[in-house]
Amino acid sequence: MSFLAFANDPALRASRRAFLGKSGFVLSGAAVALLAGRDALAARAGTSAEADVRILNTALGAELEAVAAYQVGAESGLLAKPALDLAVTFQGHHREHADVLAKTIARLGGRAVPAKAKYTFPVETLKSQADVLRFAAMLEKGAVSAYLGAVPVFGDRDLAKAAASILGDEAMHWAILRQAVGEAPVPSAFVA
Amino acid sequence: MARAALTLAAVALAAIGAGAAAAQDTANGEAIYSRCAACHALAYDRTGPRHCGLIGRRAGSLPGFDYSEAMKRSRLTWDVKTLDRFLADPMKAVPGTSMGYAGVKDAKERADLIAWLREAGSAASAECRNRPGR
Repeated sequence: MSFLAFANDPALRASRRAFLGKSGFVLSGAAVALLAGRDALAARAGTSAEADVRILNTALGAELEAVAAYQVGAESGLLAKPALDLAVTFQGHHREHADVLAKTIARLGGRAVPAKAKYTFPVETLKSQADVLRFAAMLEKGAVSAYLGAVPVFGDRDLAKAAASILGDEAMHWAILRQAVGEAPVPSAFVA
Repeated sequence: MARAALTLAAVALAAIGAGAAAAQDTANGEAIYSRCAACHALAYDRTGPRHCGLIGRRAGSLPGFDYSEAMKRSRLTWDVKTLDRFLADPMKAVPGTSMGYAGVKDAKERADLIAWLREAGSAASAECRNRPGR
């Protein structure tokens, strides 16, 4: 069964909606609790907290850029359903990541970076649906690596755990986008 | 005469081998660079600054890019040595950098990445010559 056939299967779509509804609630609740809902975070201070805020702000900047990139893809006219639905869903995940990161930064006493007024993307190279999906896959792969590199350097281990949770989500995006363009969804046993 | 010919052949083979190894290294460097794709691009600024013209650039000096104060004050100029040190452990090399990343710990991977950045990020490369807004 191809990826598109899979995505078009009404029964699977219905079960996916049900799953997303439930898991979205669970993930959002857990993520906020992990990242933004702990008074201990607010109480923590010092260079470790400052460093954590810098890491979170870099992640936030990348998440905001990912939201903008998916917007460019969605508005390109190159994506047809169900790839378009996929892009919008993934964009929603990045928006959720950004919201939670921004709340956490504020809770730690930092100032969350705002979205840029303008982002640059290589739109001149995006000529087809496959081009857009490959570009998105490249960004998602980069996000996996970025979070993998951030997890060990958080001073607060709960923040590391939450970052790993986001890493898992980005890895799923990457795999599904690879499959959508006919590539092996999981190219190796490890990510780097 | 025969010995001279053999020596010449050995030198030629060594040169071919070195060339092949260099090509392989930069290909691996490009693959490693894909890890940077959440924040960086060669030709344009993103969450991180662009890498066209990186070698020889003073750290924190690209006009219009919002660097950390730590990077602006680092007094580094990017070359093989400074990049190697920074990429191994960015937060140790420049405390206060925005690059919250553990680093590329494998020395061979760093060497390949830097070799690729030298080549692909040079002003003469196609991507840097045609970068947006240039």
